[in-house]
Amino acid sequence: MDLHHTPTAAVQTYSPELRALLFGYTLQLADTSLILGHRLSEWCGHGPILEQDLAMANIALDLIGETRSLYQYAAELEGKGHSEDDLAYLREAVDYKNPLLVELPNGDFGDTVMRQFLFDGFHLFLLKELQNSPDPGLAAIAAKSFKEASYHLKWSSEWIIRLGDGTEESKRRIQKALANLWRYSGELYTMTQTEQQLAQSEFIPDYATLQPQWDAHVARVFAEATLEVPQNVFMQQGGKTGRHTEHLGYLLTELQYLQRAYPGLEW
Amino acid sequence: MSQQKEWPLWEVFIRSKQGLDHKHVGSLHAADAEMAIQNARDVYTRRMEGVSIWVVESRNVHASNPDEAAAFFDPANDKVYRHPTFYEVPAEIKNM
Amino acid sequence: METIIEKSLEEAFEEKIANEVRIEPKDWMPEQYRKTLVRQISQHAHSEIVGMLPEGNWITRAPSLKRKAILLSKVQDEAGHGLYLYSAAETLGTSRDQMIADLHSGKAKYSSIFNYPTLSWADIGAIGWLVDGAAIMNQVPLIRTSYGPYARAMVRVCKEESFHQRQGFEIMMTLCNGAPAQKKMAQEAFNRWWWPTLMMFGPKDEESPNTEQSMRWKIKRFTNDELRQRFVDMMVPQAEFLGLTVPDKDLKWNEAKNGYDFGDVDWEEFWNVVKGNGPCNKDRISTRVKAHEEGAWVREAALAHAQKRAQREAEKQGS
Repeated sequence: MDLHHTPTAAVQTYSPELRALLFGYTLQLADTSLILGHRLSEWCGHGPILEQDLAMANIALDLIGETRSLYQYAAELEGKGHSEDDLAYLREAVDYKNPLLVELPNGDFGDTVMRQFLFDGFHLFLLKELQNSPDPGLAAIAAKSFKEASYHLKWSSEWIIRLGDGTEESKRRIQKALANLWRYSGELYTMTQTEQQLAQSEFIPDYATLQPQWDAHVARVFAEATLEVPQNVFMQQGGKTGRHTEHLGYLLTELQYLQRAYPGLEW
Repeated sequence: MSQQKEWPLWEVFIRSKQGLDHKHVGSLHAADAEMAIQNARDVYTRRMEGVSIWVVESRNVHASNPDEAAAFFDPANDKVYRHPTFYEVPAEIKNM
Repeated sequence: METIIEKSLEEAFEEKIANEVRIEPKDWMPEQYRKTLVRQISQHAHSEIVGMLPEGNWITRAPSLKRKAILLSKVQDEAGHGLYLYSAAETLGTSRDQMIADLHSGKAKYSSIFNYPTLSWADIGAIGWLVDGAAIMNQVPLIRTSYGPYARAMVRVCKEESFHQRQGFEIMMTLCNGAPAQKKMAQEAFNRWWWPTLMMFGPKDEESPNTEQSMRWKIKRFTNDELRQRFVDMMVPQAEFLGLTVPDKDLKWNEAKNGYDFGDVDWEEFWNVVKGNGPCNKDRISTRVKAHEEGAWVREAALAHAQKRAQREAEKQGS
């Protein structure tokens, strides 16, 4: 690797403003993977069949692995000597910047699959572009996670089709999940100020360019699954600016319990 | 539609690296072949054990009968001439 | 006529056992051997699956991202081990559905250790270190068990288990070298898990009805008491290294037998937990039943979809 293109070397050349923007963005990606990985890990031991228990744990492990790389890199961008765990465990709910979709409770297997499917497409198409980011830190993490996300989307897409085109009951359940969750899909593509500024300087893609790929994939899968996409839905927003659902607080209470109860210890 | 409730059983074969045969590693349940391959990936390659996966629905595997093992396999016992070490090659001859 | 053939089959079987030749699925085997294996392997599989629950409790509360990833992958491994073992039992002509039904009805047993609660993070360390340590002692000899599919499943299980005990010990070591509150947490967990772990080796030899036949058939390789003694001898120095006190006032080195003398397990508690009166028996089973029942529609849907697809495929070929 070209020495000047190691993440550490590149970070040294950035202006404080750029570092702050990249820090905020990396943190947002990390929060997103953390919260979704945490949600999926709640399934461990409770899946519909052993084989799928293993599959969901694999996806959760991928996401937690991605989370760690992102927080480590965020800590480097921040430059205040924080660890990955400081960033993951010791912030307030309003400081987490994940989109609302990923913090929603697991519901039944159909709800989980739908949540995963709506996210996986966005995740994959974003990572695909981020691999080309001029920021070597983000590009390297994206390159690794891209492969994993391809598998995630395959898994969730196939389950959408199976459940949609399965039994009457599964159709009813997955259609209901879609009706509930669709309103959280818009936020994925709503760009925050940080995202807009980074897109303008071409560090990250303009999300408007990602959406057509996502639309096409989602439409194809829903058609095969014989599902109807809700029309004229008012899209929920807020997570990416720290205005969360009530669910996040409970999740963080569990996640942060030991770190909060025994501050500053090694585990 | 049949009353079958349990997902069918599949046998899983994995090639651990290029150049080697697929080897039987175990079995699992899956609703269809595509799922069986994915489940095999999730169950049997969590520690980078494989580069290629075959799955065969267990009911499609036909096996020899162990009661006939003697008739099947003993005749090969005395055909030592099928094995290269049966033949004497002078020490001076290399690379054979 | 039939009895003569039966006898020679049995002789052939006994000869294989005597000569350490593995028994394979389609080979003739005595009905009792088959039954013993189905009971033992399914019990083993159930233990892996139920065993996911006490540790799974702490995945969402793991104190660091590293610990979270390790714990999740460990509990996931247990799902894998359950799966390998169910598969091994299925080669004996039972189905996973049947085995799960027996677990849920209470007909089939699983390791009683998982009927104890996980109350603090240190329990995750104690389980890895003690419970997995005991499990490894029980399991390693099974690599040489006489039934081929079981032995092969155990090779895989043991290979994957090797990191489980180490991660548990590492958690204990971190706690024991940490703040007083952490050390206290570790000792408290150790106190709770020590005796139930000794119970994992099963009843005393003289009260273990199945041991003798299982030893003869080489399903089992060591008696319960032999393994229990080895475990104590192995763990006491490790506890000393950690600075933990073994909660047994009768524990004493015995030079003559080159091993520790130790107190008697509370067998009344043991039999009660086996009978379903442990602190978590009811919770564990109802949690498993709930997961299985709530997953029924998912399993049915996947099957229905596969059948629809196959039918469409057939129609396409036919037209």
